[in-house]
Amino acid sequence: MATLKELSNKEVLVSPGHRACAGCGFPVIIKQALLATDNPVVVGCATGCMEVCTTIYPYTAWKVPFIHNAFENSAATVSGVEAAYRSLKRRGKIDKKIDFIAFGGDGGTYDIGFQSLSGAMERGHDMLYICYDNQAYMNTGIQRSSATPRGANTTTSPAGSESYGKKQYRKNLTEVMVAHGIPYVAQSSPAMWNDLVSKVNKGLAVEGPAFMTVIQPCVLGWKYPSDQTIELARLAVDTCFWPLYEVVEGEYKLTYKPKEKKPLTDFLRKQDRFRHLFKPENEHILAELQAEVDREWAVLLAKCGEQA
Amino acid sequence: MSIRVAKTGNEAVAEGMRQINPDVVAAYPITPQTEIVQIFSSFVANGKVDTEFVTVESEHSAMSATVGAASAGARAMTATSANGLALMWEIVYIAASMRLPIVMPVVNRALSGPINIHCDHSDTMGARDSGWIQIFSENAQEAYDNLLQAVRIAENKNVLLPVMVTMDGFIISHAMEVMHLLEDEKVKQWVGEYVPENPLLDVDNPVTVGPLDLYDWNMEHKRQQAEAMVQAKPVILEVARNYAKLSGREYGLFEEYMLDDAEIAIVALGSTAGTAKEVVKALRADGVKAGLLKVRVFRPFPACEIARALQGKKAVAVMDRSDSFNAVSGPVFAEVRSAMYGIENAPAIVDYIYGIGGRDVTMDHIRSVYDDLAKIAKTGQVERTLTYLGIRE
Repeated sequence: MATLKELSNKEVLVSPGHRACAGCGFPVIIKQALLATDNPVVVGCATGCMEVCTTIYPYTAWKVPFIHNAFENSAATVSGVEAAYRSLKRRGKIDKKIDFIAFGGDGGTYDIGFQSLSGAMERGHDMLYICYDNQAYMNTGIQRSSATPRGANTTTSPAGSESYGKKQYRKNLTEVMVAHGIPYVAQSSPAMWNDLVSKVNKGLAVEGPAFMTVIQPCVLGWKYPSDQTIELARLAVDTCFWPLYEVVEGEYKLTYKPKEKKPLTDFLRKQDRFRHLFKPENEHILAELQAEVDREWAVLLAKCGEQA
Repeated sequence: MSIRVAKTGNEAVAEGMRQINPDVVAAYPITPQTEIVQIFSSFVANGKVDTEFVTVESEHSAMSATVGAASAGARAMTATSANGLALMWEIVYIAASMRLPIVMPVVNRALSGPINIHCDHSDTMGARDSGWIQIFSENAQEAYDNLLQAVRIAENKNVLLPVMVTMDGFIISHAMEVMHLLEDEKVKQWVGEYVPENPLLDVDNPVTVGPLDLYDWNMEHKRQQAEAMVQAKPVILEVARNYAKLSGREYGLFEEYMLDDAEIAIVALGSTAGTAKEVVKALRADGVKAGLLKVRVFRPFPACEIARALQGKKAVAVMDRSDSFNAVSGPVFAEVRSAMYGIENAPAIVDYIYGIGGRDVTMDHIRSVYDDLAKIAKTGQVERTLTYLGIRE
C-alpha cells in the first residue's frame, strides 16, 4: 500500500474542469481509483453523471483511454475491450500489461446493467467493475433505483401524506456478486482513501473479474450542504449502514470496524431525503431501518468471523 | 482455383468467418442463425481460428462487446436474427455513429410478434435507417461472397461503417447448395491486416470514445455519417471489381436479369430473386418480355441507378417481404417509387407484400404477379397499388 505522500506525487489521471456539481463524490472516487495502479488503465463507463460531466465533446477530462457506449452495457463493452486486448496480445500486436476498469452508477449496475454485469463476471473477463453508488438515478433527476434505501424520498418514491418514501429495502448487490464466485468483491467509501485505493489495487491485481461498490454521496439527490460529502461517506461507514469489507476467493474480511457504532440517525439526519422520517408519524420507520442495519451488521460480522 | 463444396448458407458464412479469422467474435445463439455460432465455436475449440470468442449472455451484450472490441482496435464480428437484432437495436445505431467497421451476418427471420422463426425481412428492414450498410444475398454463394467483400467495404477509410450481410432464414441458411469457396490463403490476403484508427488500446495516445455530443457538434457528426454512406457506393463497386478478379464472380449494387428489353419487371431481394429468375426464363420462352431487378445493396440505396434501370418499363412490381404498417406499402416499394419520381417514362408501379413469417412463395405466385403486370401494361390501369400475395382474405 502506497503512502499518502507517495500517492500525492502521482499524476492525477482525471483533470479538473469537468462539470460535476460542487461537492460531487464521484470525481474523488475516480481520482482514488486511478491512483491505485501503475499499469496503463483503459476505462469504460455507463451513461450517467460520470460520463455526462467528464466528456462533453470536444472536451474530455480523461487522461486515460475511455469508452462510453450506453447505459446498461458498461460491463459488456469493457468485456469486448478486454477480449480485444487478449486477442491482440496473443497475436503479438500488444505487449504491455493493461488494466481495465468499468464504471457504472447504481442505476446502470443494480438495475438496467445488471444482466450485462452478471454476464461479464460469469465469463471471467480480467476487469474490475466499480459501481459508484449514489443510491438513485441522479442524472435524470433523483428517481428511485433498487439501490435506493428504504424510506428515501425520491422523485419516483416521493414522501407524501400516504407515503414515507421508498417502501423496499435496497438490493444487496455486493452479496449478489459474491454469489457469482468471482475472485474479488468489495465495498468501499471515498472517506477511507486508503481502503478504496488498496481495494482497487487488489481488484486489478487478481486474475479474472473483480467487483466493487463504492458509496457516493450526492449533494442534489441526498440534499445536504456541498462540503459534507466526505463526512457523509464516513458516517455511512461509522453507522454500519455501509460496512467496509472484502470477499477474497469467498473469504469474508471486515476491513474497517468502527470503534463506536453510531446510531443510523446520525447518517440520516444530515440528509433532507430522509427529513420526513423524523416526523412523529414515521418514527416506527426509523426504528425499522435501525433494526435492519443491526441485523445486516450482525450477519456480516458472523461471515467475517468477528465478534459483535 | 476455388474449392467446390456443398454447403448451407450458415455453413458457408461460418467458413467465411473462419477464413477471415477475426480478432474478436461476440455472439449469442438465435434461430436460424444458431449454426453460425455453433460452427464457429467448433473452429475455436479445434484451433482453426485464434479468435477471442466471447459467449455473451444476450444480443444486447453481443453488440456492446463487439463495439468495445472494435473500439479497442480489433477486427470484430457478430451475427444474429430477428429478435436478436431487435434486442441489439440501441447499440446497432451506436456502432454506426462510432464509425466502427463491424461485419454482421443477419439471417433474416420474422420479427415477433406473433413469434415465428421463419424468413421475412422485417428484422433488417426495421434497421434500414440505423446507419449500417445492408447487403442482401440470393443464395449461400452470395452470402459468402458478400461477407468477404463486407470486410473490405467496412474498413475502407472513406467508409468506416458497419455492414450487415443478410440471407433468408432457412431458405438459404439451412438449404444445401453447391458453391465455391476461395482458398484460405487467398481470403487472408484479401482481408489483409487490419489497421485501426485511434484504437483505445493505444494507451500512449489516449482517446475518449463515445463522448456526450450536444447541439454544438452533433449535427456535423451525423452529417459526416451520412456522407460516409454516400462514399460507400463507389467503394462497394470498387471492392466488387476487385473481388471479381479474385473469384470470377461479379457483383453490382443490383443485378439486372433480362431487364434490358423487358416491358414488365419485378424488383426483389434475397432468395425470391432466384425463384423469379426461373419464372422470367419460362415467360421469355412464351415470348413475354419479363425481367427482374434484384437489389443487392439496400443501404446505401441506389436510387438513381434503379430509376435508370427501370425507366421506360411499362409496369413494375416491387416485392416486399415485410410490411411497414404505414397503411400505404412495404418499405422497398416506398424507396423504389420515390426513386422514380419526376423521371420521364416512369413505369406504373405496384407493391406486393409476400412471404411474411416464412409463407412459401412459389413460381405460381411470381407468375401471377407478372400476369398482373402484363394486364397493367396492356390497359395502363392500376386497379390497386398494394396486394398481399397468396393471403387468405
